[in-house]
Amino acid sequence: MPSPSIAPGWTETEAAAAQSAPVVMELRGIGKSFVHSGTAASPVLAGVNIVLREGEIVGLLGRSGSGKSTLLRIAAGLAAPSEGQVLYQGQTLNGPTEGLAVVFQTFALYPWLTVLQNVELGLDALSLSAAEARRRALGAIDLIGLDGFQSAFPRELSGGMRQRVGFARALVSDPLLLLMDEPFSALDVLTAETLRTDFLDLWVGRQLPTRSVLLVTHNIEEAVLMCDRILLLSGKPAHVAAEIAIPLPRPRDRLDAACNAITAQIYTTLMARLTAETSTPNHGADTIKPLPNVSVSRLTGFTEVLTASPYGGCAELGTIAASRGLQIKEVFSIAAALHLLEFAELTGGAIKLTAAGRVFADSSVEERKRLFREHLQCFVPFAAHIHQVLKQREDHQAPRERFELELEDHLQPSEAQQTLRTLIGWGRYAELFDYRDDIKSFLLT
Amino acid sequence: MPLHVLTPLRQRFAIPAAANAAAVMMVVAFIILAGSAARQVLAPLAASHASAISLAPAALPSYTLRTVMRMFAALVASLLFTFVYGTCAAKSRRLEMVLVPLLDVLQSVPVLGYLSFTVVFFLSLYPNSMLGAELASVFAIFTAQAWNMAFSFYQSLRTVPTELDEVSRSLRQSVWQRFWRLEVPFAMPGLIWNTMMSMSGSWFFVVASEAISVGNTQITLPGVGSYVQRAIEARDLGAIFWAIVAMSLAILIYDQLLFRPLVVWADKFRVEQTAGTIEPHSWLQDLLRRSTLVAAATAPIDAALHRFGRARLALPRTLKLPGTAILPRWLIDTVWYAMLAAAVSYLLWRLLSFVGATFNVADIRSIAVDGGLTTLRVIVLIVLASVVWVPIGVVIGLSPRLTQLLQPAAQFLAAFPANLLFPLAVFLIVHFHLAPDLWLSPLMILGTQWYILFNVIAGASAFPRDLQELAGSLRLRAWKRWLLVLLPGVFPFYVTGAITASGGAWNASIVSEAVSWGSTRLSTRGLGAYIAERTAAGDYARIALGVALMSVIVVLMNRLIWRPLYAFAEHRTRLD
Repeated sequence: MPSPSIAPGWTETEAAAAQSAPVVMELRGIGKSFVHSGTAASPVLAGVNIVLREGEIVGLLGRSGSGKSTLLRIAAGLAAPSEGQVLYQGQTLNGPTEGLAVVFQTFALYPWLTVLQNVELGLDALSLSAAEARRRALGAIDLIGLDGFQSAFPRELSGGMRQRVGFARALVSDPLLLLMDEPFSALDVLTAETLRTDFLDLWVGRQLPTRSVLLVTHNIEEAVLMCDRILLLSGKPAHVAAEIAIPLPRPRDRLDAACNAITAQIYTTLMARLTAETSTPNHGADTIKPLPNVSVSRLTGFTEVLTASPYGGCAELGTIAASRGLQIKEVFSIAAALHLLEFAELTGGAIKLTAAGRVFADSSVEERKRLFREHLQCFVPFAAHIHQVLKQREDHQAPRERFELELEDHLQPSEAQQTLRTLIGWGRYAELFDYRDDIKSFLLT
Repeated sequence: MPLHVLTPLRQRFAIPAAANAAAVMMVVAFIILAGSAARQVLAPLAASHASAISLAPAALPSYTLRTVMRMFAALVASLLFTFVYGTCAAKSRRLEMVLVPLLDVLQSVPVLGYLSFTVVFFLSLYPNSMLGAELASVFAIFTAQAWNMAFSFYQSLRTVPTELDEVSRSLRQSVWQRFWRLEVPFAMPGLIWNTMMSMSGSWFFVVASEAISVGNTQITLPGVGSYVQRAIEARDLGAIFWAIVAMSLAILIYDQLLFRPLVVWADKFRVEQTAGTIEPHSWLQDLLRRSTLVAAATAPIDAALHRFGRARLALPRTLKLPGTAILPRWLIDTVWYAMLAAAVSYLLWRLLSFVGATFNVADIRSIAVDGGLTTLRVIVLIVLASVVWVPIGVVIGLSPRLTQLLQPAAQFLAAFPANLLFPLAVFLIVHFHLAPDLWLSPLMILGTQWYILFNVIAGASAFPRDLQELAGSLRLRAWKRWLLVLLPGVFPFYVTGAITASGGAWNASIVSEAVSWGSTRLSTRGLGAYIAERTAAGDYARIALGVALMSVIVVLMNRLIWRPLYAFAEHRTRLD
């Protein structure tokens, strides 16, 4: 694990104090592979080492699909690591145990139970008397600001209120370590902000029995606002690529210069990673890369936005995301797709249309199709490969399964499926090949 | 709602053919061997188990109550069976490979066919009382409900959403807590819907199972079915009219007092957390909810149930089945497969030796012709019913007003035991000297055609409005509109209805191919008549042969006709 880069304002003694706080959980050399179709195991995580200490909120930051949720499930005991071990309070973890609680991205409330009953669910394992369980559940409801909603059913609540129930259910059992899986990402911006602030108030005010928090997120700003340390998860298989300490006092202000500096630093690191991952040469059929979930209409729309003022063909991804109300990860995937097709160049956090990209943006529909077809054949070897196979076959048809298997030799099954979906969409647009779902076959256009 | 109907089918049709063939074999062997055993048991039981049935209309309420109570007893038994069987099938990989194909085949065995065996079996358990006969009747209803319910439950357990499963695990709920707090509630909407469907099919069987005679054994249980039987013997049309009225009221009351409130209650277990869609409604539920008296009375029950579900009853974590720690998984698997193979081979051997010794070539030839005739009838009738009811159903379904008016009627007709109407039909056939070979056939589908109608209505009323409007705005010609838009839209629903209708028609053939009116007997050649006549004669081996053949034909029809149609419907016309 790289040593933490110490941000300005962080004194040596404070750093030392943080380093010496008692360890709550330690993940040692964690690796995880998903075995599929009986043969090849594709590693998602490899050699992940993390130490969680008392008194800190640790953020796990990475792009979607980077394995951070898997890592959280391993820490929670919900999934077993393929390699390495998890030590909780010095003991090897073999499944969910007392003192660990999880807050889920999708809230995961039981729809047939009221708020109070859902919170009491968190105490099922403790064999408390009904009266005691009720007392503690009401306490948690009170603490998290759900007063008055005890008898409501989840479907009557707004997203923010539902997630409050999720928090209350996790906190009611007085967990030592709270594991949060993108807890705010299913909420709208304002609701997320409120809930985040409320949680931090409880944390800073030491009103929670919880000693340590692991927060999985893809939102850089959120990580910077909440965490004491951020771990960047990246690569294939994913590992901790960087660690950034955030020694800023709470409450933090997103407009504060120090905050901004750290956000920028993480941003650059992530961008550098992204560029490094996508700019490796992808010629030759043996380098099969997953394709992002981006439709052609998004690509064309994005290039049109880029060519128009005020960008003039070149923009920071962050700016464009903010101005268009897009999530940064969506912009990532679009940018990555354009980079892959050589319609744009991705350097650091900025995207710049190539000459071809400019032509693409300004052309008529027919011209666009022609250009897209050229680039698809040239820069996405697997698309060219499908086209080639179809041409060689007498009936100009080939079953989907055939390509699926080829892709799965290199990619995870979910990635292979995604890649195939994207390929079908792009291939259809380019009129390079067609696909018929009823017979699950590709055919020549 | 119809989604709940569709999902178990998808699961059913996913069973591999080899597993299914083995299961067919096992069930057939069991039926035939049970038949041969029944012959030996019955000899000392040639007593009469008949109660005197009064034809006075005043006696009907109490008969109806008895019939309804039998239904209720079977419902409770089915529910217990469902919890145990469904759970075993969902939790154990090894049991699953046996239990699930078995369930699929059991669903195809005609309930009325093996009634004679179960009667004999239960009578031998309680030789000197009516209890045996009562149990046999309850068992017949049970077999008409339990398979379908168990399948739905198994299916739900296998599809518990990942996040709810993770919550349960991360909160360290015990197996018991998980079952009552997560799995049963999650399965509830599907289970209740399937129970309702099975119930609606079982009125037919409760009526048929109350009055049967097997060889020399007469069974008449006080109930609506026996009342009708007695009315047939006495050629009393008035009594039959009163029976129809009583049965209709019973079904309506069951629906209003039991199922309507249950459906409303089950609605809260839906996982989709969106408000919207039409919420089901029940006046009884409203009444109960508003009444503070009821709330006060049920509070202690509520608390007790809550404690029941929250109790941990956890096994110690370290407890493992003896041996599992030492023996590798592949070894246990091998032993398990070997045991299954041995059981199947043993049954196959017993079956072949029994069949070889008991039946001759003429038997087989004649029953094959009978099977062919009934198959032909079922297919022709389903086609006819489809031609009639699909267009009508679409028209009704597209109009919300008509749907609201007629859908309950279609559901009621599907539930109404058509065998109560048979005497009327027979009376007409006799009166007008119609040819029984032709005119007895429609009786098979009399009760089950309504499943096609109400499924199509459900499909058409769920048809997305925008697709309809699109068809309108494209100004498609009427026939094109039907062919391209409406029929494909309702197709999956139609297939679901047609599967139920065809299964019901097979069962009905046993009571509809041979009927009587007083001393007049009408019958037509077919597998149903074959089974009915052998039952009257007490020829168990041949009953078993007939039931086995019918089961095999039903399984084959499911595999060769319904399964491809269903796959096509699902794949081609799914709207999501």
